[in-house]
Parts: sequence; structure tokens; C-alpha cells
Amino acid sequence: MTITGNEIIHQYLRHNKKFPHVLCAGCGHGIVLGTLIRSVHQLGLPKDDVVIVAGIGCSGRLAVYVDFNTIHTTHGRALTFATGVKMANPKLKVICIMGDGDALSIGGNHMIHAARRNIGVTALVLNNNIYGMTGGQSSPATPMGSVSMTAPFGQLEKNFDTVALASGAGANYVARGTVFHVRKLEKLMVKAIERPGFNMLEIITPCHTQFGRKNKYKTPVDMYKWIKSNAVDIERFNEIDEGKRGEKFPIGTFVERDLSGLEERYYKLKAEMRKARGEK
Amino acid sequence: MAKNSKGQSKITVYPDWCKGCGVCVEFCPKKVLELDVHGKSSVVREDDCIHCGFCELHCPDFAIVVTDKKPGDSNNS
Repeated sequence: MTITGNEIIHQYLRHNKKFPHVLCAGCGHGIVLGTLIRSVHQLGLPKDDVVIVAGIGCSGRLAVYVDFNTIHTTHGRALTFATGVKMANPKLKVICIMGDGDALSIGGNHMIHAARRNIGVTALVLNNNIYGMTGGQSSPATPMGSVSMTAPFGQLEKNFDTVALASGAGANYVARGTVFHVRKLEKLMVKAIERPGFNMLEIITPCHTQFGRKNKYKTPVDMYKWIKSNAVDIERFNEIDEGKRGEKFPIGTFVERDLSGLEERYYKLKAEMRKARGEK
Repeated sequence: MAKNSKGQSKITVYPDWCKGCGVCVEFCPKKVLELDVHGKSSVVREDDCIHCGFCELHCPDFAIVVTDKKPGDSNNS
């Protein structure tokens, strides 16, 4: 009998961990975890060939629940650990799960340099607009004007455009998905995992507990409705006049380059030098 | 996977894993699910299910499983 849907997910979870998971009701991180498991299952990767590296924050908890090789690293440094793993053993599929604070502020430098080096790592940036676990402080992804614990009268700073940042830094593949459009997210994630080089996938996920409640979203469902009405396919987004865009944001694939990863170049150079010296 | 005929799928909700966020209840196209007195998702109109898979894909807690109905399954399980 073939199994489908959530029964696949149950096979990849660590059942000695406490379930249901720690994330709040309606948190999109669970959907991301499910999509990640389905993508890995779809690609047919063995559990031992997948490495999940996660930083600190709500997104860091995801690494705890899945039965792959997992590392729970220090805040913002998930990409540096992932770089080391990939350089040491390029056969592994290294997937880095980071939150917006993790990837853009504390690990901001690692993010741009990993993209510049084009190391063969898949970076999933779970953008929930806030530092959720530490109590709702403003993160670099908090939109201007929205209320947070450290900005009770509205955030004065502009938020980061993660997609523009990663594509400007030279990432091989840059895409954005949301947790409402799960089938599209799954397609993007499969691509982000199987392609060579640095692949960055930004995922818009709602944080109702810390962000939504302070910003006129009464229930978690209201946040999903906001995503449903404001996420627009990139082709359709480009057709909308700039003045009429409002809160709408594009989803889909933004950049697709075919440059070889750092680890490929390194092992090629190593082989060439060994050959020149007469070693095998 | 998607089948448009009603009454051919079986929905199982694990109440221990459900946190009652209401995403499945709100977005189900046929309003198959409702929140019960405990605030957990429960199946009320299983025969209307068209097996679109939305609730299964969007459940953040992996608490819903939709399968094909087998001959022995009862109507209101």
C-alpha cells in the first residue's frame, strides 16, 4: 500500500521527541517542515544523505523534529556550519533553516558571503517579520509602520528585501514562496534542494503570537488570509502598476544562474594539482 | 490525487496533535471540518469531502490525514 500526505511526514519525524511540537497554534513553521519532508521524499534522498543545519529561534526547533543528520547551531551561524559540512563532504545535501533575524541581522554577513562564494547549500529563510522566540522584538524584516514590542508606536525603519539582497550578492537560485501556497512552495523547494550552488528560498510565514496580535490580525486565520490576498505570482506582479501594488509582494523564482559551487571548484582544483604532482 | 467525487475519502484528525488554529476549518472548500467544544478540529460532513488535500497540506501540526475510503470504513468516523 502506498502512503500519501501526512503519513509520509510521520515516517520522517523523531518519535522520541515530544509531540505536538512547541510552535504556537497556526504557526507556519510546521507547514514549512512538512513541505521540506515532502520535498526530500519526492527527490528520493536517503535520510543519511541529508543534513539540516538550523540556527536559533523558532525556526531552529525544526531541526529537532526530523530524522536526518541535524545540527542546532549558534545564533546566526547556521550558514558557517553548513559551509564547513559541505566543504568537508560535498556528497551531502546541506539544508540550512534560518529565521529572518538569524539570516538577515545576526547572520547577515554570513548570508551575503555564502551567496558570494556560491557554496552548495540550500538556505531556507523563514520570514515571519519578527523575533518570535525572544519576545517579539523588531527584526530587519519587520515592515515599516507595524507595531512590535520594541517599536510600540510603529517601526520607523525600512525592512530588508531578502530576495534582492541574495540575488545582489550572487546566489545561484533565488525564490520566494509562502506557507499558504504549499504546492508552489514544494516545487520551489525541490528546485532549491536539487540545484547546485547557493540556493536561497525565502518563505513568508505568519507569526500570530508575537506579530499578528499587535498588528490587527485577530486570529491566525486572518494572517493566512492576508498572505492569500497579497502574494502575487511574479509575472502578474510585474504587470501591476507600481502605484497600485500596495502591500502586495511577488512570489516565484527570481534568479536562476548556472555557476558551479565553491566545493565543486575546490575539489576540481585539488584533483588537478594532484595530477600535476603525479599523485593519483 | 485530487478527486472531484464526494463521499470517497476518509478524514482522520488526531486530537492530541491538533492545536485548534482553525486554518483547516476556515479554508476547507466544502466546510467538512468544524471546531468542536474542546477547540479541536473535528470532521462533521465527511461525505462532502472532495479530497483536495488542502487541510492535510496546511495543517502545521500534521494532525490530519486524508485517505481513500475503504469498504469497511463507517460513515461518521
